[in-house]
Amino acid sequence: MSSAIEIAAAVQSGERSAIEVLEEHLGAISERESEVHAFNLVTTDQAIAAATAVDELVAKGGPLGPLAGVPVAIKDNLCTRGVATTCSSKILEGWVPPYDATVVTRLAAAGAIMVGKTNMDEFAMGSSTENSAFGPTRNPHDLSRVPGGSSGGSAAAVAAGFAPISLGSDTGGSIRQPAALCGVVGVKPTYGTVSRLGLIAFGSSLDQVGPFANSVAEAALVCEVIGGHDPGDSTSLPQAFPAVSEHLSDGVAGMRIGLITEMMGEGIAPDVAQRIRAAAEWLAAAGAEVEEVSVPAVAYGLSAYYLVAPAEASSNLSRYDGVRYGLRVDAPTTGEMMELTRTAGFGDEVKRRIMLGTYALSAGYYDAFYGTALKVRTLIRRDFDKAYERFDALLSPTSPTTAFSFGDKTADPMSMYLNDVCTIATNLAGHPAMSVPYGLGDDGMPVGAQVLAPALGEVAMFRVAAALEGSLS
Amino acid sequence: MSIDLSVWEIVIGLEVHTELATRTKLFCSAPNEFGGEPNTNIDPLTLGLPGSLPVLNEQAVELAIRVGLALNCTIDRSVFSRKNYFYPDQPTNYQISQFDLPINGEGWLELPSGKVIGIERAHLEEDTGKSTHVGGGGRIHDATYSLVDYNRAGVPLLEIVGRPDLRSGDEARAYVSELRAILVAVGASDGKMEEGSLRVDCNVSVRKHGDAELGTRCEIKNINSLRSLGRAVDYEAERQIDMILAGERIEQQTRHWNEDEGRTLKLRSKEQADDYRYFPEPDLVELSPSQEWIDRVREALPILPAARRHRLCERSGADTAQAALIVERGLDDLCLAALDCGADPSRTITHAEHNLSDPKALELDPEMFAKLTKMDADGDLSSTQTKTVLAELVQLGGDPGEIAEAHGFKAMDSGELDAVVDQLIAENPEQWQRFCEGDPKISGFFVGKVMKATQGQADGKVVAGLLADRVPNAAKE
Amino acid sequence: MTDPTSPERTDTPLSASERITTEQVAKVAKLARLRITDEELIRFTGQLGDVLEHAADLDLLNLEGVEPMAQPIPLANVFRKDVPGPILDRDEVLAVAPAAEDGFFRVPPVLGESE
Repeated sequence: MSSAIEIAAAVQSGERSAIEVLEEHLGAISERESEVHAFNLVTTDQAIAAATAVDELVAKGGPLGPLAGVPVAIKDNLCTRGVATTCSSKILEGWVPPYDATVVTRLAAAGAIMVGKTNMDEFAMGSSTENSAFGPTRNPHDLSRVPGGSSGGSAAAVAAGFAPISLGSDTGGSIRQPAALCGVVGVKPTYGTVSRLGLIAFGSSLDQVGPFANSVAEAALVCEVIGGHDPGDSTSLPQAFPAVSEHLSDGVAGMRIGLITEMMGEGIAPDVAQRIRAAAEWLAAAGAEVEEVSVPAVAYGLSAYYLVAPAEASSNLSRYDGVRYGLRVDAPTTGEMMELTRTAGFGDEVKRRIMLGTYALSAGYYDAFYGTALKVRTLIRRDFDKAYERFDALLSPTSPTTAFSFGDKTADPMSMYLNDVCTIATNLAGHPAMSVPYGLGDDGMPVGAQVLAPALGEVAMFRVAAALEGSLS
Repeated sequence: MSIDLSVWEIVIGLEVHTELATRTKLFCSAPNEFGGEPNTNIDPLTLGLPGSLPVLNEQAVELAIRVGLALNCTIDRSVFSRKNYFYPDQPTNYQISQFDLPINGEGWLELPSGKVIGIERAHLEEDTGKSTHVGGGGRIHDATYSLVDYNRAGVPLLEIVGRPDLRSGDEARAYVSELRAILVAVGASDGKMEEGSLRVDCNVSVRKHGDAELGTRCEIKNINSLRSLGRAVDYEAERQIDMILAGERIEQQTRHWNEDEGRTLKLRSKEQADDYRYFPEPDLVELSPSQEWIDRVREALPILPAARRHRLCERSGADTAQAALIVERGLDDLCLAALDCGADPSRTITHAEHNLSDPKALELDPEMFAKLTKMDADGDLSSTQTKTVLAELVQLGGDPGEIAEAHGFKAMDSGELDAVVDQLIAENPEQWQRFCEGDPKISGFFVGKVMKATQGQADGKVVAGLLADRVPNAAKE
Repeated sequence: MTDPTSPERTDTPLSASERITTEQVAKVAKLARLRITDEELIRFTGQLGDVLEHAADLDLLNLEGVEPMAQPIPLANVFRKDVPGPILDRDEVLAVAPAAEDGFFRVPPVLGESE
């Protein structure tokens, strides 16, 4: 399948029509979607209408956006006007938003063609997409294995060729980890560079929207299209998204790159660690100064995250009560109605996190749990900032293992949480990080290398990622 | 009220919520309007739709700063927090408010009596929607279902927390009146209790004079007018005192004021104590108004009621009560303008206090008013005549001199009056003798004669003064 | 070192059973408007306990003088002008609401006063 960049060029030049591109991808979807289940909804009619409109515009002579005619899959926690948005939860099953998320508007303005809403862990809580209320997504490389999560559907859609690009969201690794497990590129941008307006909130101070793609260049392009200030989001940084595309071929000579010690320890599978060391060696050979670096506080990232994120989530998910929209289970009083609705509408993992978060904020426990976690967050940020005084970018595995099998980690939530040990600290710090495919594990499944950078350090991050990508071809 | 106030002290603290007079809501651009069909001022954030985000209304902050400065509060760096609780009129089941770091810190306001009441803090928060309960006579406990309107959800509120420095129902009412006048003066609110743009919750406790500790307080809600406030305070204080005298413990609780029955009732107790789980609002950033902004607001503040009262007292010699009344009626500007035209200060104040209750008085020409006060002070008109001329001046405008002449109120020349008095004394020596000796039966004789001789044009008081002047020294004061 | 400002903290990390009890889980479920079965109560208590036990490693950190970081961005004073914007069509909104009547959202009787 062609890349987004190739498609955009072909549509722009008239060499290919948007409809023809769309049909190619709809064909791929009809071939494999029944086994992969990347989508909650394939939006065939809307896609045809959008592609037709692009072709009409081409016929008139433009002007065309940078993604005109490019199919894109959208994670089902991003509001799409007139199109059901469910967060893979029964409580929002069939809910149709009256507005588009800002990132959706920007993609549409760029001419991209939405082909569907992708499956996810319910309310973005999970690392395998097994928590979806509508059935799991399967890893296109091996259908007995998970695609990762929570943006499993978006990662699988790109890996399976259903669309060259897709959008996911990342709160503790939910873009990067599935990208690694599915062998695609996944980016979590600096917190505040991509608007959260229309992203259904999970952990508000941690959530960011980002792209999946088959190449670093395509991911860069999507970031530039969706990123930049949004006055409708109070946490949106004032500047435009860093101009990363222009720097992709800069190479890494002279860059200082640190391999994070705490993320190469015993929790990491040996074959994964070996691939990351290979990446480090290659970077050194390409002219970068590569050293090990300790970022001590990241060891506490998981603990802090599982206090902060559920706390925010417990409040963000309070609105789902059957009063104004979504599922309602009737009862004689409103109080009971709310209870029955939420009990029927939420899955176990969501309930666990709501209760954990409620507990962490409750009277008498705030200081010990939520308050403490926020202080640890400061330490994590400090330790990263110290590392970035000496290094331009950092390197680590994205996921401790390759894709695991269905059911492997569902019995013990804690074991599932441990999938995020390498990704989670970045969200707490608000920094950018991305996963680049870097070879295969012993089981033949993809391994992802994670490149990390300081806040607004996307240029350095993309440079390293592009170089690593280039080293494999 | 049957409370022995020499024994008992009533302690009152008021929490006043005011809707801020902005065009749009606190965190979204849906209109901030009263009335209107249900659910017609709603946008995604108002309904708490998934994916919606709050953005702070700059004008709401401007108004909060104005009120803070008018109440002599510090304007502080502040943070928004979520107050979490489930209720259908709360679209997200949390309220965005300010908890540990409010925008306005400690301040004070001065009552018309001169007493100063402390302000603890004032903070911004969003209002809720409204539920109406259908069936069962509209009472919440018997309803068959409820209907929710979110028009009001998200309207900006400023919650002003007063210190428990008030000591009576009257003082409580004076505090609310004064606060309302300040809010209206700075343009922050229209202050209409009956429309709900000003809401009062009242904390009442009692203790014996001399007790250092405060008694247990009860919070009273559903007070919809100043009159209710006074009644509720009185009722609650008595209730608590009766309980204490009967040996019962006062439980801290929230009570509901029932206007029809004239008493407070305990609210149906909730199954669980409230745990609001306050935490910093992650979708908003901190608020720290610049010193320039604060200074700009301070410079633009209009003169406030307390300052008006002080100004009037200083320039006219009015006492506290007079100044309070005149300022409350909005007549102080007129009085000052009249003084600028040379009006007699004490006559000005007296007339403003007693004879200018008609709303049209606000449009009186200060120069003409001044002229009238001088005619009055000089004795050119009797007090009855003055009132008549003034009333006409208020209703129809014009010049007091011309009005007096048109009525035939001849300005009685003082020399003329002297002559009349002297003549009557000369004509009635016997009665004059008795008058000088202080015979009470003759005290009105000469005033009556003068009035008859002048056809009522003389001013009785002036005549009495002239007579007194003529009494030989020994009889004078 | 433990956080000196918090009276609930002790010097040794608590085990999962000391961290959270079934009573606390039941209370928290109620606060969050969730109904859980007896089986879920026991299972969730164990699972939440595991997470909190893992989080006990935070007790080992010296947090004295460390400021909490609620947001990872250096922004302040973000405003919107006081200008009316687009509003939703009531009929559209109520058409997809769980229950509506005469322009209102309709809910079962609400017991208990709001704050």
